[in-house]
This record gives sequence, structure tokens and C-alpha cells, in this order.
Amino acid sequence: MPQKTVVIGSSSGLHARPAKLFVQAAARQPVPVTISVPGRKPAPAKSMLAVLALGATHGTEVTLEAEGPGAEEALTALAALLARDLDAEEPADA
Amino acid sequence: MSGTARGLGVSPGRAAGRAYRMARPPALPPPAPVADAAAEIAAAGEALRSVAEHLERHAAKAADPEARAILEAQSMIAADPMLLESVEEGVAAGLGAAHAIDAGCARHREALLEAGGYFADRAGDLDDIRDRAVAAVLGLSMPGVPDPGHPYVLIADDLAPADTAGLDTATVLALVTLRGGPTSHTAILARALGLPAVVACHGAAAVEDGTWVAVDGDTGELVIGVAEDEAARVQHEAAEARERAAASTGPGATADGHPVPLLLNIGSAKDLRPGAEGVGLFRTEFLYLDRAGAPTFEEQVEAYTAVLRALPGRRVVVRTLDAGSDKPLPFLGLPEEENPALGLRGLRTARSHPEVLDTQLRAIAEAHRACEADTWVMAPMVSTVTEAAAFAARARAHGLPKAGVMIEVPAAALHADRLLREVDFLSIGTNDLGQYTFATDRQHGDLADLLDPWQPALLHLVHLCGEAGRAAGKPVGVCGEAAADPLLAPVLVGLGMTSLSMSAPSVPAVRAALSTRTLASCAEQAHLALTAPGPTAAREAVTTSTR
Repeated sequence: MPQKTVVIGSSSGLHARPAKLFVQAAARQPVPVTISVPGRKPAPAKSMLAVLALGATHGTEVTLEAEGPGAEEALTALAALLARDLDAEEPADA
Repeated sequence: MSGTARGLGVSPGRAAGRAYRMARPPALPPPAPVADAAAEIAAAGEALRSVAEHLERHAAKAADPEARAILEAQSMIAADPMLLESVEEGVAAGLGAAHAIDAGCARHREALLEAGGYFADRAGDLDDIRDRAVAAVLGLSMPGVPDPGHPYVLIADDLAPADTAGLDTATVLALVTLRGGPTSHTAILARALGLPAVVACHGAAAVEDGTWVAVDGDTGELVIGVAEDEAARVQHEAAEARERAAASTGPGATADGHPVPLLLNIGSAKDLRPGAEGVGLFRTEFLYLDRAGAPTFEEQVEAYTAVLRALPGRRVVVRTLDAGSDKPLPFLGLPEEENPALGLRGLRTARSHPEVLDTQLRAIAEAHRACEADTWVMAPMVSTVTEAAAFAARARAHGLPKAGVMIEVPAAALHADRLLREVDFLSIGTNDLGQYTFATDRQHGDLADLLDPWQPALLHLVHLCGEAGRAAGKPVGVCGEAAADPLLAPVLVGLGMTSLSMSAPSVPAVRAALSTRTLASCAEQAHLALTAPGPTAAREAVTTSTR
């Protein structure tokens, strides 16, 4: 199954605004995507609760997995999002 | 009804207006057999959707981007397909909609608590979602912050951070809680916002929504059923008092010109204010929270420099890491403790992790060399002279000119004179000193009276430290919440405190209070408070002598 490993770039971790942006982006993908941290079973990336329960902080390595048409593109887009420091970017609507 | 209720005044000032209550969390009905599982699932799903929509609307209105992000995340939790799935499983197992929501939220709550740190803090969001969704299913009034559409006095059982994240502070005139103590979230928030607040006011339970009340955050008095014109008069006087306080500037001093530096308690450079005399407590925890490893030397230097550079020639007291099993940091790998307040915290973590303290001291020293600030360092949670001496030696070895310790443990206060032979200054953390002196958990709402900073036994310990400082000719300050109380501040000066440190909004009122009293009258008031039979009598004696 296509997968991608990426290190969380947001300074506050996968939490609050970064988590929101990620979960929203995951829900928009044409294929179901899972996210996991080492040693834990994969969880649906479009679930806020599952994403928060990963406890992924700045520097945590997470693995994204997806299958089906568009899976590669979905993984590339989501991995790029996670690698950015979303805390440092101003909200577009503020 | 009308009359007067009494509580503990924890944030000074007066306010009057109509009171509204934050509704209590709904109670679950007795479990009943489920007749129509599909209907229960539909009802639960509808309730969760309405909660998600409510939170989303609330998020759109939030002015603060951080508060908005939290509310948006919370809305997404309410709408989370996994939560609905858990609720459906509950119904399948025979639970009604309300019980299934309760069980589903509890399950995910556990998962967040396990994730720890920041993530565990979101467990409170699930409680809020549960309360709202259960209320929706049962057709009860929605718990949460009231929204009467005009300024009001907020009455609540107690206020948790989650309750106040969405609080529109522009429309809240004052906070009154039935429970809570002087160091509760309500008290700290109110002081940070400059709102009058009374906690542990059981009589507030009788106030019905829309009743006109007057709140006095100095005396802890809640007058229920005031006339509208009286309320307007109180508001007018309060506005005048605020203007007067805001107009006062310059360094803190008594009426006869005895200087008492009024310093700030800060968590980062963000909390600094122009015109600050200095920093009396720079908490460094924020650098360490929510991360797998310790912050690097370079990161620390940068954060300390940001503060030190802003205050050339002024005092900045940096407190070394105050973590422990009560505020766990994953990289310290501390064991879970039965009684974290009495366990491995503060300087005690250096027993097993001296390298963390050394890196921090080295980083503070590096920042100090690059800036012109008068840098002091102090260690939290020191109990013995040996610990104090070891810390001072370590700090000096790193080239830091001034090393001190916090007084939070009665053992340290009792030996203040011996400590001052080893260190350059003392800083009293009245919140923890109260907790340890009175054997009372800081979070224990029902025992708030024991945590009252006006307790004469606590003031006695402060006095011991003040006397020791005077004899040694070394500074002794207070950096706990007590210093922010304009009535208590002069008492602390009378007990020998040479500086007071507080959050920025508290400074004007304390400055104004000190400027009306001579050092001799501070000493008289200190004597009145020390010899009073209890905190209420102490407050009354000092209030009477001020008038």
C-alpha cells in the first residue's frame, strides 16, 4: 500500500490549528487516508479524535497510508502539509 | 430574593449589573431499556450535529485566533465520525441516546488522556461536548457561558479554562463562583483581565437570572437585588477608580518614598509591558511543554535573550524549570506518583536530571552575557539549606551573578535566615506556600478558606522571611497571587517584602494602594493582619485602618 513518512513541522505539534487543517485536508481527499505513529495501529486521518490521540508533537515521525486512485497525490499533499510549521503561518481569515 | 452573600474577594474592583448563571452540566436520567435503537441513534446524531454547529458559530465569532482554533477543533471533535460510531455501538449494546453519548465521550476522553500533554487538555473539550449533547437530547437548557446580549455578571459553580475560552470578556462585568479558591483558574483569569471576582460564594446559588447584583472583589461581598440606579452608581465609581489607577505610572513606592519595585510575572517576552520596572518571575516552562525532547541550548538562549534584551538595566528573575509529576514532561521520564504535589517537582527533578538544569543555567548565562539586564536566577521547590547552597554554587559556576531560591515549602521559610547565608535573595510563592502550610490541595474548591493568602499563619511565615532579609540586608519578594491584592500588598511590604511581582494588569491598583501608605503604616497594617484570629478578621482590621 502506498505510504509516506513525514516529521511533524508545527511547533505546537499536531494540535489545535495544525490538527484542524490536517483533518480538513484529509477529509477532502478522494481516498481514505490513515495516519500512524510508530508502534500504534493506523487511525483514520479525517477523525479529529484519532489524530489528537496520536499525541504527535513537533518532531514526531508519522506515517500516512492510502490506497486507490489518487492515493499517491493525496499522500504527497498531506505529507507536505504536515511538514510545514502551520503555527507560524498566519490564518488566512485573520 | 435580595440580601448579601459573602465569598472570597480574589480580584479587586467593583461592578454591578444583571447576573446570569452558567447552567450546570445535565444529569443523566436513570437507565431505561431502549425500545427503538434507530430513533436513539438518530437523536444522538442530531444532538452531536447541533453541538458541532453551535461550536462552529461560536468559533466564527471568537476574536482571538488561538481561541478560535480551539473552538474549531472542538467543533470537529463533535462532528467526528469516530465519536458517532462509538455512540452507535453504545446504543447497539442497549444504551439510550444520552447514556450512549456519555459512554462514547468517556471512551475517547481516555484516549486523549493517554496521549498526554496538550492532547490531554482537550479531554475537557469532550466533557463540554458531552454536556451539551446530553442536554440537547434531554431537552435541557444548554450548559455553557450565557449570552444575554448585554453586559452582565457571570455566576458559575466554578470556571474551567474550557468555559472561559469562549468568554466574551467585553460583556462580562465580574465573575462570581460558588466554589474555587484564591489560586483557582477563575481568580487567575479575573486578575489577568482586570475583572472583579468573588469565589467560594455559596450564597450566589440563590441568584436568579436577570437579578441586579453588585460585586465587590476586595471584600468578597455580593449584594443581591440592588436598585438599577445604585448599580449605575457603582459602575460609574468603578470606572473612575480604574481611570485613577491607570493614570498612575512610575516605579512603585510608599507614600514616604520608600521604593518597592513592582515587577511582572511573565511566561515569555509576549507578557512584557512598556514601562515595566522589571520581571520578578520569568516562568520558563513554556519552552519545555509539549515536546518529546528537552529544548536545545540554542532555543533556550534565544527565548531568554528575547526577555533580557527588552529590559536593559532592569531586574529579570528567571526561574529554572518548575516541572514534575504534577506537570509532567515526557523527556524527564518521571514515574507516576501517588501524590505529585509532594513528589519529584521543581529543583528536585535535578536529582535525577542534573544535565537539564545545567543546560538551562548555561543558556541563561549565555543570554545574560549578550544583554544588559540585571539577571537573577532562582530555583523552585527548595526545602533545605543544602539544596539552596548546591543550586547557588551551580548557578555561580555558570557565571550567573545572582542566585536565589523560592520559598514555597514551610521548611524553607523556617530557615530563611540560614538560606540567606547561601543565596542572594528569596522569592515567596504564596500559592504553594499556602498549600503546603495548610496541607490543602490548591485545586480543592471546598477548602478555599484555608488557601486564603490572608491566613495569619501564612503571613507569619512571610514575616519570618522578611525579618531574615532585613537582618541579612538581602532582597525578599513575593511573586505569588497575594502580591496582586491591593489591600494585601501594603501588608506584605510591612512584613518586610522588598519587591512585589504580579501579572501586568494588577500593577496599577497595587501601585495606587502603596502610594497612599507610609512604610510605617504598612508595618502597622502588617501587625494587624498578623495578630488577627483569621483571614476575614485580618482583612477587616486592615480595611478599617485604611478608611
